[in-house]
Amino acid sequence: MVPVEYYIILSAILFSIGVAGVVFRRNPLVIFMSIELMLNAANLAIVAFSSVLKSFSGQIFVFFVIAVAAAEVAVGLALIVEIFKSKRTIDVDQLNSMKG
Amino acid sequence: MSSDLILFLILAVVAIATAIGMLLNRNSVYSALFLVLNFITVAVFYLLLGAPFIAMAQVTVYAGAIMVLFLFVIMLLGAERLADAQVLPWQKPLAYGLAFVLAAETIYLLVTRARPEGNILAPDATVNTVENLRQVGMTLFSDYLLPFEVTSILLLVAMIGAITISRREKGRQK
Repeated sequence: MVPVEYYIILSAILFSIGVAGVVFRRNPLVIFMSIELMLNAANLAIVAFSSVLKSFSGQIFVFFVIAVAAAEVAVGLALIVEIFKSKRTIDVDQLNSMKG
Repeated sequence: MSSDLILFLILAVVAIATAIGMLLNRNSVYSALFLVLNFITVAVFYLLLGAPFIAMAQVTVYAGAIMVLFLFVIMLLGAERLADAQVLPWQKPLAYGLAFVLAAETIYLLVTRARPEGNILAPDATVNTVENLRQVGMTLFSDYLLPFEVTSILLLVAMIGAITISRREKGRQK
C-alpha cells in the first residue's frame, strides 16, 4: 500500500531535475532529453491520480502525451540536424546569430 | 512496511539516481542510456499503478523508438562530448538552487495544502490485463475518439514537417 503523495513527490523531484537540465546544460540534445524527463514526470503524476480515482481517462491522456512527445522529438531532432549542417556546431552558446 | 512500499522506495531511488546521472554525465551517449533506464523504471511504476497498457507503450515508444532516435542523432552529429565551456560561471549553482527551490515548494504545497488522498494498492493477480486493455480501448474509441483522430493528424504533420525540414532544397545547393 503506497500513499499517492509518494508518487506525486517522486514526480515533483524528477520534474525539478529536468528543469535543472534545461537551465544549465549546453548540449541541445541533453536539453531535449531533460524535456522528455519532465513530460515523463507529469505522466507519472497523471497515472497516479488516475489510479486513485479509478478512472481510465488519465491513462488515455498519458497515451496522448506520449504521442505528442514522439512528434515533438521527430521535429526537434530534424531541426538540430539542420542547424548542425549549416553552422557546424550545436553548442547553444554559439547559436547567437539573431542577437542584436 | 508492506512489500509494494519497499518496491516503490527501491524503484524511486533508481529513478532519481538515473535522472541525476542523465543530468550530470558529460558524455551524451551515457546520458541517453541513463534516460532509457529511467523510462523503464517509470514503466514499472505504471505496472504498479495498474496501467499495463501505458507501461508497454512507455517501453516501446519512449525507451524504444524515441531514445533510439536520440542515440542515432548523437552519433550522426558526433556530439558525444561537447566542450562544456561555462560562459556564465554563476549559472550552474543558480540552476541547482532554483531547481531545489522548485522541488521543495512543489512538495511543500502538495503535502501540506493540496493533500491528495488515497492509497494505491498494488494490482493483485485477480486483475486481468486483457480486461484493462479492453477498457482502455473502449474509453479511447468512445469518449476520446476525436482527440485520437487529432493525434493521428498531429503525427502526420510532424512527419511531413521533419521530412521538409531535413530535405535539401534544389535551388540552394552550394
